[in-house]
Amino acid sequence: MSEQGLQTTTGDRGILLRPTRASLQRFGRQAALVAVIVLVGLFLVGMGHRVGYGAADYLQLLVDGLQIGAVYALVALGFVVVYRVTGVINFAQGAFVMLGPMLTITLFGSLSGSPVFRLVVSALGAVLFVAAVGMAIHRLTLHPARKASALTRIIITVGVYISVQGIALIAWGPRPYVLPAFTTLQMVDRLVEVGSIIIQAQTFWIWGVAVAMLVLLALFFERTVVGKAMRACAVNRIAAQLMGIRVDRMATLAFGLAAVLGAVAGIVLSPATRPTYDMGLELGLKGFVAAIMGGLVSFPGAVVGGIALGILESLWGGVTLAGFKDLFAFLMLILSLLFWPQGILAGKGEGGS
Amino acid sequence: MRKGSPDTWAFAGAVGVVLLLGWLELRRPGGVSIARISGGLLTIDLLIRAGIFTIILVGLNLLMGYAGQVSLGQAAFYGMGAYFSAILTVKAAVLGISPAVARAWWWPWFVMGGAAVLVGVFSFLIGWVILRLRGHYLAMATLGLGIMVYIVLRENLGIPQLNLTGGFDGIVDIPRLHLGAFALWPESRYYFLVWAVALATIVLGLNVVHSPVGRALRAIHGSEAAAESVGIVVPLLKAQIFALSASLASLAGSLYAHFQAAVVPDTFGFVPSLELVVMSAIGGMASIWGAPLGVLAVLLIQELLRTHVLGLIPAVTAEMEPVIFGALLVLIMMFWPGGLVSSRRRRPVWGER
Repeated sequence: MSEQGLQTTTGDRGILLRPTRASLQRFGRQAALVAVIVLVGLFLVGMGHRVGYGAADYLQLLVDGLQIGAVYALVALGFVVVYRVTGVINFAQGAFVMLGPMLTITLFGSLSGSPVFRLVVSALGAVLFVAAVGMAIHRLTLHPARKASALTRIIITVGVYISVQGIALIAWGPRPYVLPAFTTLQMVDRLVEVGSIIIQAQTFWIWGVAVAMLVLLALFFERTVVGKAMRACAVNRIAAQLMGIRVDRMATLAFGLAAVLGAVAGIVLSPATRPTYDMGLELGLKGFVAAIMGGLVSFPGAVVGGIALGILESLWGGVTLAGFKDLFAFLMLILSLLFWPQGILAGKGEGGS
Repeated sequence: MRKGSPDTWAFAGAVGVVLLLGWLELRRPGGVSIARISGGLLTIDLLIRAGIFTIILVGLNLLMGYAGQVSLGQAAFYGMGAYFSAILTVKAAVLGISPAVARAWWWPWFVMGGAAVLVGVFSFLIGWVILRLRGHYLAMATLGLGIMVYIVLRENLGIPQLNLTGGFDGIVDIPRLHLGAFALWPESRYYFLVWAVALATIVLGLNVVHSPVGRALRAIHGSEAAAESVGIVVPLLKAQIFALSASLASLAGSLYAHFQAAVVPDTFGFVPSLELVVMSAIGGMASIWGAPLGVLAVLLIQELLRTHVLGLIPAVTAEMEPVIFGALLVLIMMFWPGGLVSSRRRRPVWGER
């Protein structure tokens, strides 16, 4: 319990520390959180015991969870960037996640040269193109409607998503595609065995790229003028405008940044899965859940939310019926709204600003 | 409704249109049907679906347009109603309900009513907890709830040995409705049932809007703090309206199940929930009359795209439909955010301007 929750009152018997209503609520919430974690843990262990899981099986699930969790974290960061600067929950985020790998695969197939060169150029080209798409979407749809209510603007992003996915269906068809693994540059990835755990080589790429993106993002927001201006917009739009910051441009840039994050997430993940025109719906929604778990305004929260969601979902998926794997994320969504609406890192860092 | 108010005239007009169209379909004077007059655009099938959606939309408009709470999972309640009706009529034997009861003409009606009540209670409990949080929390929670319900329906409620929901394939051979020995089928008869319920729902909606409850709802929309300060129990009222809208969606779901005679989980997933929001937005959220108009507009746009526009342009396939639909949604939200029936134009709500 933090000090703010305790009210100091001076009475006859000297200074009393009396719990306030807020601190009791916070205590209740923390107790509920602990109860939920214990219950989920017991459930996982119990279900795992039933199917005969050992420590190695749990470790394998943990690693798988960390792999997808890193992707969720990147997608979630995209939601946070846009939400903080524009106040809109951008449901078109999933479209960026899908466009990234699809464009990379198309470019990869049309280029000639060594596979490394083709992969690097096509991935970079795709990321830049998706960034342009993201900024164009903002300029063409949300910027003209900037005076509309938040709900109207959210519905606009839904419409954009439906359109983009429809275009993708026409362009690429319903079949799944394949992007070569970054290590082997072939369809089959190398498998790294650590003890009894098997890790795809691509998993290390996912982790590496995710960490690199986090570092770049932190540098961008801490060290560059544009990054600082964007943070200013998030803190107080009007004050930022008075300081001479072009808030509308920052919003467009936020969309570009979110598009880059989404596209990169999709591209690094795709060798480990098989991208399709509708992959953005699931990844977009899971990224959204991760962002909500982190409180929707906090960058560290989004990262922790993404990783936590990935790990928990993987453990859950390992011990329950296969079809129920996707249930978990949305259960998590409701639980986190109820128990920690400010995010799992509430009160730490610049979160609620 | 007050005597002589615009709503009364509009209602009389609506009843007239419904009766005229129904009479045309029932009699087919000289072989002339609705479908022939409208060039294949308006079919009895489309009109029945419009009636079913109108029932959901009245509830959704009360929730979104008046109480200002977004539901991105309304199709879940629609699906719960449909599946209640389907399971308890088709799979009654599995659940140990005696065939004499399950085959009685009143049983489906009893199930329909029971489902609406149960779904109402269920959503009230959820709403009571979640609606204490402000902002767009309900939207996010309903998004999660909607997808969870979809997964549970798809995965046989988690008990595959009973096969109650039929998984991906759903349930077929749902019986038609009877009143005693009088069958409410073919479609021309069912049409009257659906629209009688839809018109009754519209009356209910209009009465809610023009009652103290409606004014309280608008007060909540304007400012929750102000509403609370004049004695409105905000979480209770919001939960009540949420429950009402869920009950109406459940009722519509039951009517849908007996109309289509088959239910599949995909009808009640995330995308259908979005479509309901789209219908609401296009019709005008803050208006009861927006409900039937939004439904008809969306169904007609879809039908037009499918039968007329796409056939005229060569090289454009049916896959263009979502692209155009999404683009239309964006354009309408950008340039016509109030929808077809905008209450703002008629009477500015106090405190909104």
